[in-house]
Amino acid sequence: MSVLVDRETRVICQGFTGRQGTFHCEQAIQYGTCLVGGVTPGRGGTRHLDRPVFDTVREAVKETGAHASLIFVPAAGAADAILEAVDAGIQLIVCITEHIPALDMVRVKTALRNRPETRLIGPNCPGIITPEGCKMGIMPGSIHRRGRIGIVSRSGTLTYVAVHQTTEIGLGQSTCIGIGGDPIHGIGFIDCLALFEADPETEGIVLVGEIGGNDEEKAAAYIRDHVTKPVVAYVAGVTAPPGKRMGHAGAIISGGTGTAAEKYRAFEEAFVSVVHSPAEIGQAMSDRLKRR
Amino acid sequence: MNLHEYQAKEIFSRFGIPVPSGLVARSSVEAVAAAERLGGSTWVVKAQIHAGGRGKAGGVEVCRSPAAVGEVAGRLIGQRLKTHQTGPEGLPVHAVWVEEASDIGRELYLSLVVDRARECLSFIASSEGGMEIETVAATDPEKIATVPLPPDPGVPAYVTRILGGVFRMAPQQLTALSSLLSGLERCMRESDASLIEINPLIVTRGGELRALDAKVNLDDNALGRHVELAALDDPSQRDPAENEATQAGLNYVALEGDIACMVNGAGLAMATMDLIQLKGGQPANFLDVGGDATAARVTEAFRIFRANPRVRSIFVNIFGGIVRCDLIAEGIIAAFKEVAPDVPVIVQLEGTRAEEGRRMFVESRLPIETASGLTHAAERAVRAAGGAA
Repeated sequence: MSVLVDRETRVICQGFTGRQGTFHCEQAIQYGTCLVGGVTPGRGGTRHLDRPVFDTVREAVKETGAHASLIFVPAAGAADAILEAVDAGIQLIVCITEHIPALDMVRVKTALRNRPETRLIGPNCPGIITPEGCKMGIMPGSIHRRGRIGIVSRSGTLTYVAVHQTTEIGLGQSTCIGIGGDPIHGIGFIDCLALFEADPETEGIVLVGEIGGNDEEKAAAYIRDHVTKPVVAYVAGVTAPPGKRMGHAGAIISGGTGTAAEKYRAFEEAFVSVVHSPAEIGQAMSDRLKRR
Repeated sequence: MNLHEYQAKEIFSRFGIPVPSGLVARSSVEAVAAAERLGGSTWVVKAQIHAGGRGKAGGVEVCRSPAAVGEVAGRLIGQRLKTHQTGPEGLPVHAVWVEEASDIGRELYLSLVVDRARECLSFIASSEGGMEIETVAATDPEKIATVPLPPDPGVPAYVTRILGGVFRMAPQQLTALSSLLSGLERCMRESDASLIEINPLIVTRGGELRALDAKVNLDDNALGRHVELAALDDPSQRDPAENEATQAGLNYVALEGDIACMVNGAGLAMATMDLIQLKGGQPANFLDVGGDATAARVTEAFRIFRANPRVRSIFVNIFGGIVRCDLIAEGIIAAFKEVAPDVPVIVQLEGTRAEEGRRMFVESRLPIETASGLTHAAERAVRAAGGAA
């Protein structure tokens, strides 16, 4: 078991024939992902990476039976691409694209409100991977090992750091989900925590947060009330000055809220094991599991 | 991207949001001419910088003659204005906004924001205008009302009624309020703003609504579809190093410390700053060189560090994923040779082919120290800068 994606997940790629789409789909196919085709408007009827290309997501779904889509469409058209995937009944949409205008995402989220069966991961995220099963994203497959830890994170490279440490220490990962660094995004910490809590393969959960918003505080409250598995949390941005955007559009302390200190306090109150150094995530998880 | 008050007020006028008549002036002479063109007997001269707190810092003056307007403008233009929001160096004043003085009856607060928690647009309103909303939030949270807007464009009548109640307005004032709210909402959507703040929104003694101040933040991600708005950017209001970095495709924020850091990935970059502080040092900056950390961007980053006299050591923290550590190491070595940093450089490599990358640094015989592990690397960087660790 794993969450959301596995060997059976039939994936298409929107923005398939572009530079990013081509490169990362090649990697995904090599990794063993069941990539069944792609969509590039105007290129329908051709083949790319030995897979069929379609003009629309509807056609791709009809012909391939895909239920998941990986999006590399550039920012100006990315929200439209997500909406097209929603329209076609895609159940899992993973949008890697960064720099999507916030008001476009407001429109996307409004459309998703009527589609509870559809899940969006991202945008501005590394994607999702179930090691040795399915890689939908831009993460380096080689650092992952099939194992016991579920990882959820707002940051790309920090996810890889957590993956690397849990691999080195011999725990491995059940599934890793990068929920993305944008202020308005698809599934959040709570959705992922619920999935990991219900997944028999996941024995422990690593949560990597950062400054901005209050998703971490809400996650902490959820963990206290609903999560029985051990959780290790790390929050980036203790030294970030207020009002300055730290790379990610969502990583900004505004009006005195969204600080790392508040988030750490919330996790501590929820009896989550917190680490203040990103170098200690794997060790802390290992210690927590041994104590059980 | 931030706009100046005068730019925001010009945009407000286009959307029918009432603002006091005013003109922008870039010299003392222009300011006098502006006052004469506006007419009247009292004017307000406001320094144009991308920061609040101008009033307390001497950046806003009431003048009773065109000559006085010219005098104040002459004093402000060409100087740096320091407010509690600018940092110790202040921001350069290149223009003032000369405006007719308003007959203030009451001061209110109104803003429209992209509400990340509710994933919609929300009005934030308070009857306590003129002070920072954060202060009101801390002392009188019950005086702040948040009203989320439904997804369709437009402002429903009930929203106007709620905000009219917050502002304690008479029923006959609601028409004017409704028109102002609609203008704001259209301005927000059509400009792809992430925040529009009017503080204070005033009710004049005659009962009219006026935006006495105007703050507009535009969504950087949407500037591509607003060429005319993107042209309003004023780079002089940002740190010069930050501008240079943006040009080179780097994500850079200047900080006060002495340990420069270069990291691939925004989250890991923040984590690296935190780790430096945890080990007793202070980061000089936030810098994300991008996932692939190309030689061109690494070179630019080294140049920015060299130009910063505070920097006493450089901490390069790379996690090699699909772009392998040995390729990134090659780029760092080339950049080092070109820029020749004059302070110790500590490199931490992790991930794909990290061992090969480390070996390349040793074989290069350059004064680049490779660390074994993140914690060790941070300690070395802090010690090299003369800090605790």
